[in-house]
Amino acid sequence: MARVLLFGPLRDLAGWREREVAAASISALRTFLADEDAALGAALGGPGVQVAVDQALVRGDAGLSAASEVAFLPPMSGG
Amino acid sequence: MIKLTEAPFDPGALLSAFTRGRSETGAVATFTGIARAEQGATTVLELEAYPGFTEAEIGRIADQARERFGLHDLAILHRVGRIGPGEPIVFVATAAGHRRAAFEACDFLMDYLKSKAPFWKKEHGPDGERWIEPTAQDHADRNRWN
Repeated sequence: MARVLLFGPLRDLAGWREREVAAASISALRTFLADEDAALGAALGGPGVQVAVDQALVRGDAGLSAASEVAFLPPMSGG
Repeated sequence: MIKLTEAPFDPGALLSAFTRGRSETGAVATFTGIARAEQGATTVLELEAYPGFTEAEIGRIADQARERFGLHDLAILHRVGRIGPGEPIVFVATAAGHRRAAFEACDFLMDYLKSKAPFWKKEHGPDGERWIEPTAQDHADRNRWN
């Protein structure tokens, strides 16, 4: 089970911050989440949303293990 | 020092600690960002980070700043959690041999923090809440350093 984390507006949209999902890849995880919540699925693929696996940014697809931590990171703003 | 904190901080105390004991540093520049009330439209600013990842990403850009501007040292303290109007939200200090490098490194680090650092910022006010994204100006400011 990969540990999935949502941040910022994605968390508000989904109504959860963290959960466990069985998925072998990021693309499988996206499909699973989109099937369950189409609005979230669309937002996860929205402009400027980055993905980190085990706290490292990844582009495109990547395999996941049972211990993976996957974070969806919408556009960032500090200061 | 790169640190996130939920507690309010005193920028003056941070500056005093940062400047203490330096004999070869000719210049220290600082920036303190303060949460605005926006004429009553914002009662609380809520800042979220990704613990571990946020510090590591800031650390990467801090290393760039050290190299690019030849810094002797730097400090970045950023609030997370709920912040009231008038409270400091971010403190950046840079130490260098001469003033230009210290000023520019401070400017560089703030432009990065505003548009690229892993924080998510929500304004709460009498009219509800809204997430803040970087403005076109923030992106343009960041791109000055490319």
